[in-house]
Amino acid sequence: MKMKDDLRDLYQEVILDHGRRPRNLRPLPCANRQAHGQNPMCGDALTVFLKVDKGGRVREVTFLGQGCAISMASASMMTEMLTGKSEAEARALVPAFQAMCTGETFEPRHLHMDGMEDTLERLQVLSGVRQFPVRVKCATLAWHTMAAAFDGTETASTE
Amino acid sequence: MAATTFYDLDHIRANFPILCQTVHGHPLAFLDNAASTQKPADVTMATKTFYETGYANVHRGAYWLSEQATIQYEGARERVRAFINARRVQEIVFTRGATESINLVAATWGQTCLEAGDEVVLTWLEHHSNIVPWQMLASAKGLILKVVPVDDDGRFLWEAYQSLLSSRTRFVSVTHVSNVLGTLLPVKDIVAAAHAVGAKVLVDGCQAVPHMAVDVCDIDCDFYVFSGHKLYGPTGIGVLYGREVLLQEMPPYQGGGDMIASVTFEKPSWAGLPYKFEAGTPAVAQAIGLAAAINYIESIGLRAIAVHEADLLNYATQRLAEIRGVRLLGPAQIKTSVLSFTLNGVHPHDIATIVDRYGVAIRAGHHCAQPLMQRFGIPASARASFGLYNTRAEADALADALESVRGIFGP
Repeated sequence: MKMKDDLRDLYQEVILDHGRRPRNLRPLPCANRQAHGQNPMCGDALTVFLKVDKGGRVREVTFLGQGCAISMASASMMTEMLTGKSEAEARALVPAFQAMCTGETFEPRHLHMDGMEDTLERLQVLSGVRQFPVRVKCATLAWHTMAAAFDGTETASTE
Repeated sequence: MAATTFYDLDHIRANFPILCQTVHGHPLAFLDNAASTQKPADVTMATKTFYETGYANVHRGAYWLSEQATIQYEGARERVRAFINARRVQEIVFTRGATESINLVAATWGQTCLEAGDEVVLTWLEHHSNIVPWQMLASAKGLILKVVPVDDDGRFLWEAYQSLLSSRTRFVSVTHVSNVLGTLLPVKDIVAAAHAVGAKVLVDGCQAVPHMAVDVCDIDCDFYVFSGHKLYGPTGIGVLYGREVLLQEMPPYQGGGDMIASVTFEKPSWAGLPYKFEAGTPAVAQAIGLAAAINYIESIGLRAIAVHEADLLNYATQRLAEIRGVRLLGPAQIKTSVLSFTLNGVHPHDIATIVDRYGVAIRAGHHCAQPLMQRFGIPASARASFGLYNTRAEADALADALESVRGIFGP
């Protein structure tokens, strides 16, 4: 059967690769921020661990969890992108990425921040999810969980 | 095929207009019947006709239309009674669904008849709706919940069940058929063993009534529950069968109109059975739709449906077994037409998203049975469940779509 365009957009090789071999999939004993996130509809769950230095920069990010290719790939890519970012930069990515996934327009208030445009450009690979509305929560779970870790709330839910 | 010589599938499918549509450019293959079933025109016509020609509130008016509506509503109750062979029509309570039926029993019988330290026995095969109400009651009253394990094939472990029963066992609440695996439980034996230690038994029949003839007198259970929407009937209607002597003892579930004999500010008195449990205006049209659904499936015949579904199950099992990396969960010998499976290296949600693009509707997730998922060591599974209108071609569509999943994720 011929592969469909929308499926090819969603399941790009980069996503399949991150989904198969998620980066930074391990606990982080030195973490000083962490939160657990879950998607009640499908039971997907993950924990995000952050090591933030005194200057407020993210030094290390890891995660643990189980889920579909989209949620694993998104979490994996997030861990690669957050290292070195300030809390404000990391937080600014959440609504920007959410908007990218739903196809809504987003006012890029924080786009002047260093490296933000690059980061969003790299995340474009996940934007195929906008053709699959019920899967948007899979893509955004790790990001909401990261924001919850900064907020100091222990759990995040996509509901 | 013996199944296809007398089973007029084209004629049956013509009665389900929703099935002849395309989804993402492919014919719809609706394989999520364990979650809910589509409605035959008989059912939609029955409710439409009722609303257009016979609708009024029931048990109220001294006028002709209300009298006619009441006759139809009570006729639906009698239809349900005959369908599950209850002794008396007073033993049939209409609810919103099986979930409400179970909650009703927990909140009334459970609330008044159970005490701290009493034991309630469930199984690992239960749907959340037959776990959570008992957990809520257990934490409120200090009850002890015991859970009967299953083996790797999803079979109910009889010896383990017997060893959990004791004089402390007051209630057993079991599913008739597993919603995840299709495993058929030996409910008649389960009931007899529970009665031998003085316990009462509720059987959750949601996944049984669409597939087999059920006789509550033969099973000898104390309560039997099911939902209309899984039986080709409307949403918002369900059934609680209760043994008359138990229903008599139980306090009302909700207070309101229709459930009282008289009300004074000193003291209300309750209506007789089954109205004591039906506060407020009931789901009249849905009850009439449910009766139409029962008439419909009995016009085909549950025997014939079972033969057809067994053929689909065997065929689909073979087709899926040919696909690399497919693992079927709980391949019990005696089961209904449900196939839960995993595909090596692919999460069930990705499977469901991809096969949907080929018109195939299946469920992915924990199926409201997280304990059972934990038993199999997986967070989720994909589930294809077949109903009376499904075809071998739809099983082929599923198998072909799964090959496409393999194509995307690699061998």
